Amino acid sequence: METKMIDTSTEFIYQFVETVPEGERIRLCLQCGACSGACPFGFVMDFPPHGMIAMLRAGLLDDMLKSDTAWMCVSCYACTEVCPANIPVTAGLTTRVKEEMLLAGNVPTELQDALEKAQRYFNPLGESPRKRAEWASELEPEITIMAKAKRPVDVLWFVGDYASYHPSARSATLALTKILNALDVDFGILGPEEVSDGDSLRLAGESGLFEMMVDKNASAFEKYEFNKIFTSDPHAYNALKNEYPRLDISYPVQHYTQFFTERLEQIQPLLKNSIDADVVFHDPCYLGRANDIYEEPRQLLQSIPGVELVEMSHCRGNSLCCGGGGGGMWLDGFRWEKAEARISEWRVREAVSALGNQETTSKGGRARILAIACPYETPRFEDAIKSMPGAEGLIVKDIVELLAESMGV
Amino acid sequence: MDIVVVVKLVPDLVEEIEITGDGKTVDTTFMRLIINEPDDHALEQAIILKEREGGEVTVIGPGVEDIDGVLFTAAAKGTDRQIKLTGDFDVEVNNHALARAFANVVREAQPDLILTGVQAHNDMDGALGPLMAEYLEMPYIGYVSGVVMEGETCNVRKEYPGGLIGEMQVNLPAVLGIQSAESPPRYVAVSKVRQAMKTVTLDEQTSSDLDRKGGPAVSRMFQPESGERAEMIEGDIDNIAEKLVEILRTADAI
Repeated sequence: METKMIDTSTEFIYQFVETVPEGERIRLCLQCGACSGACPFGFVMDFPPHGMIAMLRAGLLDDMLKSDTAWMCVSCYACTEVCPANIPVTAGLTTRVKEEMLLAGNVPTELQDALEKAQRYFNPLGESPRKRAEWASELEPEITIMAKAKRPVDVLWFVGDYASYHPSARSATLALTKILNALDVDFGILGPEEVSDGDSLRLAGESGLFEMMVDKNASAFEKYEFNKIFTSDPHAYNALKNEYPRLDISYPVQHYTQFFTERLEQIQPLLKNSIDADVVFHDPCYLGRANDIYEEPRQLLQSIPGVELVEMSHCRGNSLCCGGGGGGMWLDGFRWEKAEARISEWRVREAVSALGNQETTSKGGRARILAIACPYETPRFEDAIKSMPGAEGLIVKDIVELLAESMGV
Repeated sequence: MDIVVVVKLVPDLVEEIEITGDGKTVDTTFMRLIINEPDDHALEQAIILKEREGGEVTVIGPGVEDIDGVLFTAAAKGTDRQIKLTGDFDVEVNNHALARAFANVVREAQPDLILTGVQAHNDMDGALGPLMAEYLEMPYIGYVSGVVMEGETCNVRKEYPGGLIGEMQVNLPAVLGIQSAESPPRYVAVSKVRQAMKTVTLDEQTSSDLDRKGGPAVSRMFQPESGERAEMIEGDIDNIAEKLVEILRTADAI
């Protein structure tokens, strides 16, 4: 028994070193615990990141897999950001541990439900795959759906799961459409041929499901001609930029914040309406820490007349996750049971601290806005505001909604 | 201790169900089939019993579209044999016909226990379990949510309306209609299902002519119609919410 336990841990480390980029760095861990301190849920994990490495070194992987607290990991890269040995903690360690837990059948029911839905309907929300482009069905001018249009486009818009289906995220999707039209961008969408980008499924330990999504999207990409892919979803961006190429699916890809910043000269004169608001920007984990996109969203916000950008206490590289990553979108109940806390509420509290509450600001007549750039965040923060005393009047808006409002489109 | 699990596939309600022009059957153009949920629980219960008592689990399903995925997933979860029963299983096939066809295969397998879901949303002529039990001349207990083996018999927990639970003993072999397994159906990673697709073979058996005798003749199939007193609230989400609040206020409910 003792020998077997040592074997599975050694095997884990061996595979980690062989298959994870920079994986050999796991051997450099000096057990400083910075990762676990930076982890928003480190305090409830039986084995926070440095504890995972300690358990592996002690040959106790099987014991570690009996605890379900690795499901508290939101894959937010906070651990990776602070690791002095540059160990790929999020990309490698926590994700691989979740894979092992999934194979061992240690999966919270809520997450299982989302994974089963993704398997069956190709989106974790369990919506009809036929209705993926329903949000665009009544738009004027009509959106180009690649299968119908049968022509090349400049930009292929990868819409993503939440931007397509979630009612709270759809207003940003519609605002984005209006801006693209106003800028005369030649774009198209895959419609029902698009499936989940799969990144959060991968980070929730379901690498097989991720590969299934990659196969499906790749065969759709292959059918059409386009110059680049563009997306509003940082998770899709991360997948297309960093993970699909590992499976030999490689296209130039941009998040809309990059795409619009490149066109700022064209956009600036169109920003006619002033938005008199104090604005904080929530750095999405998969734009910021995972992909170093910090300036573009701020440049876009600062280009809007009337907007005053204020920083929250956690910002840029030490931004605080919204709680939706790494399967978090589908683990709210589980995490509440474990921690009796929601990260989205902590974040909203930070926004209120930075912007002031309704009482202190109502005299000036300026709006207080929590600006975001990821479709996971609208429902999370809007729900947090509803349940947080003192957060009344705080408005959640995607950057594209603010741009569209200022452009008057 | 050998168990046979009988599963059927039902229309997936994620897609809206449409009715054909003649108003008598479901339009299958965009319809997808999914494992009947209580059948998934029956499968889980069988695997739990196998893990506890040993023996083999055989799963049988009708050879309709999507059945291969269901059977490979079952194999990845732990079934030992997967039988795909081919035949004329169109959308109009009824439970009398299915029960006769499945009973023939089950009889040959000579299991100790037959598990199936207690009901399905497209049952029009009674549930599959009791019909099979009749053709197999075996006892049947439905609405079962717990099974404990005891030699030649087994003890089951049967759910009654109003929160009552009955414990009863049944001689084997028997057919049980499972309401829910002891624990929710397990998750099986896609990689394991893919592996099953490569290593497991499906045992294809052909069912002779399906005998549909005893089933109903549908005279009209239609979507629910709003009654005279019903008020349908139209508009976007905000309008509907506002109107609902107003109605609840008027009714003094809030």
